[in-house]
Amino acid sequence: MDFNKLFQLIVAASLINNFVFTRFLGLCIFFGVSKKMETAVGMSITFTAVMVISSALSWVVFKYIMVPLDITFLKIIVFIGIIAAFVQSADTIMKKMSPSLYYKLGIYLALITTNCIILAVPLINSGEGYSFLESMAFGVGSGLGFALALVIMASIREKLELADIPAPFRGLPISFIIAGLIALAFTGFSGLITL
Amino acid sequence: MAHTHKSNWELIKNGMFSENTIFRMAISLCPSIAVTNSLKNGFFMGVSVIFVQTMVNLTVSLIRNFINPKIRIPIFMMVIAGYVSLIDMSMAAFARPVYKQIGLYIQLIVAFASIFARAEVFAVKNKIIPSVADGLGMGIGFFLAMIIISFFRELLGKGALWGFPIVSGNPLLIMILPAGGFFAVGLLMGFFNWLDAKLAERKAAQETTG
Repeated sequence: MDFNKLFQLIVAASLINNFVFTRFLGLCIFFGVSKKMETAVGMSITFTAVMVISSALSWVVFKYIMVPLDITFLKIIVFIGIIAAFVQSADTIMKKMSPSLYYKLGIYLALITTNCIILAVPLINSGEGYSFLESMAFGVGSGLGFALALVIMASIREKLELADIPAPFRGLPISFIIAGLIALAFTGFSGLITL
Repeated sequence: MAHTHKSNWELIKNGMFSENTIFRMAISLCPSIAVTNSLKNGFFMGVSVIFVQTMVNLTVSLIRNFINPKIRIPIFMMVIAGYVSLIDMSMAAFARPVYKQIGLYIQLIVAFASIFARAEVFAVKNKIIPSVADGLGMGIGFFLAMIIISFFRELLGKGALWGFPIVSGNPLLIMILPAGGFFAVGLLMGFFNWLDAKLAERKAAQETTG
């Protein structure tokens, strides 16, 4: 087992190819829940968990059901189905098993189905032909990268509440410009590892 | 918004301007930055979204009386995913160079909040013709946003439009970098907010004097 490769995948997915800042996915949620640190942290935890499990599930389905049946052209439909079903069942199970956890994280779970990163990870995994562990590593790295982006953004936006911003730029426009500046900083990571 | 009484033209205009997906509602933002580094990519993305949005609204409206409300979400997802697969495969076949750059984002139209939202709040409650008009309007609104953003980014970033060089000299390389996308959308959003405030001010002034 090549742990070096796995570690490289995690670093690459979280820093160099950070989903928010270099691939621009999951922006709706990124701008939606980054107003407060507390929600950002809750979202990050839920997100990483769902990401890892759904990339594992869809890898198994892709490899052992779709490839033998030669129906890989249906991957968009199948993956979105897997994710929606998984999120829905996680929602139901959490409500029964641990109402306190559900009360804290349930709202994020509902939001996650409409997040494009969750769908993009299985699509990229199958496109690149990653092995099972590689897919998991890619899922973990993407989740961590998203968490990092959310936490950075939330900590800046909490300070931003006190700043004197020109009226037309209040709210979303200034957040976009800040995201641009962070993205500029993240370009510094490019070339850190070549896979 | 049950059983709308607006005319079809008003529905289209509504989607294009007052409820513009990108600049007003601020949903489905991912492609607004990811594919707008050249006018061509933005154009293809916009056309795909017009197609998917219109067809989804049409289909959902057609089958609205047969959908059990409890399972409507998976059904909408399947309808959307079907049309997205269709456009994904046609693009892979007929527009190979563009597909290589924006293929992933075409597939991710499935997860667009805006398409799902229109099926949920409009098409499932309205007749076929208004639903198609609404879908067209929303799609065209998205298309316009794509064109505006990618126009500025390609012009400033490469000094070209649709791949043809227009301006000579050193272009602002930052505009086609990832960061430039965020800046472009932020500045344009700010500009539209400012324009809105100005127009509202003028209207208010006219009402008080006249």
